[in-house]
Amino acid sequence: MQAQFIDLRKRDKKESGRIKEKYLLGDVKGKPCEDHCILQHSNRICVITLAESHPLLQNGKTIKSINYQISANCSRLQNKVSGKFKRGAQFLTELAPLCRISCSDGEEYTVSSCVRGRLMEVNENILDKPSILQEKPSTEGYIAVVLPKFEESKSITEGLLTQKEYEEIVVKRVNNRPETS
Amino acid sequence: MFPLAEKDKSIARLLFSTGTCPRCIFRFCGVDFHAPYRLPYKDLLRELENFLKTEDDDLSLEAAKPPLKKIRLQDEETQIDDQSQNGGEMIAIVKDENVIPEKPYLNACNICLGILQEFCEKKFIKKVCQKVESSGYEFTNLVFSVSFPPQLSVREHAAWLLVKQEMGKQGLSLGRDDIVQLKEAYKWISHPLFSEELGVPVDGKSLFEVSVIFAHPETDEDCHFLSTSCPDCFKPAKNKQSVFTRMAVVKALDKIKDDDFRKKFPCPPNLPKAFCSAVEIQCAHGAVFVAGRYNKYSRNLPQTPWIIDGERKLESSVEELISSQLLTVFKAESFNFSSSGREDVDVRTLGNGRPFAVELVNPRRVQFTSQDIKELQQKINISSDKIQVRDLQLVTREAIGHMKEGEEEKTKTYSALVWTDKAIQKKDIEFLDDLKDLQINQKTPLRVLHRRPLAIRVRIIHTMETHYIDEHHFRLHLKTQAGTYIKEFVHGDFGRTKPNIGSLMNGTADILELDVESVDVDWPPALDN
Repeated sequence: MQAQFIDLRKRDKKESGRIKEKYLLGDVKGKPCEDHCILQHSNRICVITLAESHPLLQNGKTIKSINYQISANCSRLQNKVSGKFKRGAQFLTELAPLCRISCSDGEEYTVSSCVRGRLMEVNENILDKPSILQEKPSTEGYIAVVLPKFEESKSITEGLLTQKEYEEIVVKRVNNRPETS
Repeated sequence: MFPLAEKDKSIARLLFSTGTCPRCIFRFCGVDFHAPYRLPYKDLLRELENFLKTEDDDLSLEAAKPPLKKIRLQDEETQIDDQSQNGGEMIAIVKDENVIPEKPYLNACNICLGILQEFCEKKFIKKVCQKVESSGYEFTNLVFSVSFPPQLSVREHAAWLLVKQEMGKQGLSLGRDDIVQLKEAYKWISHPLFSEELGVPVDGKSLFEVSVIFAHPETDEDCHFLSTSCPDCFKPAKNKQSVFTRMAVVKALDKIKDDDFRKKFPCPPNLPKAFCSAVEIQCAHGAVFVAGRYNKYSRNLPQTPWIIDGERKLESSVEELISSQLLTVFKAESFNFSSSGREDVDVRTLGNGRPFAVELVNPRRVQFTSQDIKELQQKINISSDKIQVRDLQLVTREAIGHMKEGEEEKTKTYSALVWTDKAIQKKDIEFLDDLKDLQINQKTPLRVLHRRPLAIRVRIIHTMETHYIDEHHFRLHLKTQAGTYIKEFVHGDFGRTKPNIGSLMNGTADILELDVESVDVDWPPALDN
């Protein structure tokens, strides 16, 4: 099932390989395993999604709520973008929070932008039906769309891991996990 | 017959004494029929001098003299002796009034600066025509456009004030409209000469334009006083061009009060030291338009050249394959290709094809029979198997509107090869055939979001028809409203197009291939291809 899913991802992001997957480990922010996957189109647009290894995508997790109000003054839902040059968009840095997700077991997770750029939109579909985030994290369950500056198109994902590098690390994590008795 | 009468004598004498040429004198006397202007300058000068002679010869001689003296006094630098070229000529005239000067254009007219002297006569027109002929354009008529230096308007204004005052003394009035415009008189004379020399009529609607620009740098400063009198008429100039454009000068002359003008500018206008010069003689042909419909059979061909950082990413393009042949045959400077919508690099255009139009800029060849165009169509079709054209024909600029109308209003039909993640049976897709006028909401697809505004587009999928292939594939034919993103309707674009084929089937779908089956625009008219 998993294999087919990956196949599909490669296919429907197609346009003959116009989408690249890059990964940012949560470890970087002191939040082990809260990994993000950034899908970048050849036109430089980035879709921010959760990586498969993210705790929210593991069995047994139920999402209670998703909140785009990240501070008293800032709600990602109020992001308004106009014109071809996307004026008025909220500007994001790598660590900028996109949303906070609460689970039924009390855990709370913050999804970050991972890339610098203008926020185009956040996914409102997951507000109505949070399960989509877990069912289809790399398609309909995306978190946000970010447009990096033209000059930074390539550099913003250079520091991120390739799919291969990411998979190797995930394997290492699993191997290093202490056995629970 | 000499067009001036007794009543015109005082004006004619006044103007002649200031250094005005015969034709300008005619203009200020309201001579509004063409024939007199077309006589040779030499003859006009002689007849004018005769006309101005009264029984009292001495008087007229004195009247004729002043301009010559003025020149001598003005030009301190040239030797005031027989050896100077001017001096020699002058003496010839003074001695014997019946001698026709060898160089008839002795002095530049103080109003037209030579425009109605040598620059409307056969010799100059011939020179222009030689340039036209050597430029290699094909034309059956022409429009002649001429541009004069702005200071001519200033001089004209000064002369008008002078003549108006003189007529006022006789109890007559003189409106601007009573004077024949310089440009009009110039065209009365030059048009027949052009027609004769080039063998084609002059027609205001002609697409072939011959243009001449005159300049007279010596008197540029004639205009400067206007900027202090009417500063708001003059806007800062772009690109180092003079701020004293003809339009701005004319506007200022309209505004400035007569006595203010007379204070700042000599009335009558002073004598220039030189004639105008023709700084630019150019010809250009207005754009012609070729329309047709194209089919695209390649899944690897962009609409327009795909070049990033100077590097071409994919060989050729739809527009180049069609237009480059046209560019060559029409011998045009450049082209502009437009079509009724367009398709992606990897999408074919089948059926009757997509309407397009090519604007050929400044073509040198414009005479084409329908047989010629047919052959041109064949030539294009032989040159490439990636595209084919049909219904190739010459059209007018107005016709292009039909094509663009098609882009926004007309329906299109498509054929898509769809892949599904879930295994399907025939019955699983039948329901799609029954969906009529399905409304979908499409956010700007991510693949174009970098260059289009973020928006939601409501579109209608009018009809669909499915053909089952196997458990994971089927062919989908659809007829949609113009402006619908088909690929996104199939794969959903991260759920940003709703509903989509995947959501309608409660699964995930993707598009493997797309073809345009028809573009439902009935333009250009179909021909027997």
